[in-house]
Amino acid sequence: MRVLYFAWLRERIGKTDEDIALPQDVRTAGELIDWLTQRGDEYAHAFENPKVVRVAIDRKHVKHDVAIAGAREIAFFPPMTGG
Amino acid sequence: MTVRIQREPFDASAESDALSKGRHDVGAVVTFTGVCRGIEGDDTVRAMTLEHYPGMAEEEIEGHVAEAQKRWKLLGVTVVHRYGRFEPGDPIVLVVTASSHREDAFAAANFLMDYLKTKAPFWKREERSDGDRWVDATDADDEAAERWT
Repeated sequence: MRVLYFAWLRERIGKTDEDIALPQDVRTAGELIDWLTQRGDEYAHAFENPKVVRVAIDRKHVKHDVAIAGAREIAFFPPMTGG
Repeated sequence: MTVRIQREPFDASAESDALSKGRHDVGAVVTFTGVCRGIEGDDTVRAMTLEHYPGMAEEEIEGHVAEAQKRWKLLGVTVVHRYGRFEPGDPIVLVVTASSHREDAFAAANFLMDYLKTKAPFWKREERSDGDRWVDATDADDEAAERWT
């Protein structure tokens, strides 16, 4: 699964994207955040307040409790500030 | 419908003309241009960098233009959103809506701008006097967007 990071999540983690082999017990976007947080200080820093982190699965906005099985691309980013 | 995400500047009047020229059914064209502001309260902003999610940004905006076309009688819509680094006075975003009557053109342009501020995957980083910082989403923008739901 391809995982993408944008804005300050990208800066804190230090990469724009990566390929991750998903453990079987990680079923939702929120569980993926918990799992990523265990991977190192940079992830813990990026996800220190998971509630503010927005998620898109295959380029569609989703809530944290949405299942990620079958997703090709999952993106994490802060609230949007376009316009 | 035209939706473009680009680094390059846009020509607002040419985009506006393109929706009305040679047509007899268009009675109203609303053109909104969002410009990089150099003053933020008591502070100055030297420049601003916009980052986006390529692919998702286009799809999301196209989906919302389609939604605007369902809600209002539109004869044409153009949205151009830029990314990259901008200085005060630089145009960042363009929304053009054409309709037979002004109410539909104004409402659709408002709807699209409220959406772009809160749901389109773009993020702003400002260069201020005391350093760089990511712009926080504002409650006022969220509330403005909620009036359409």
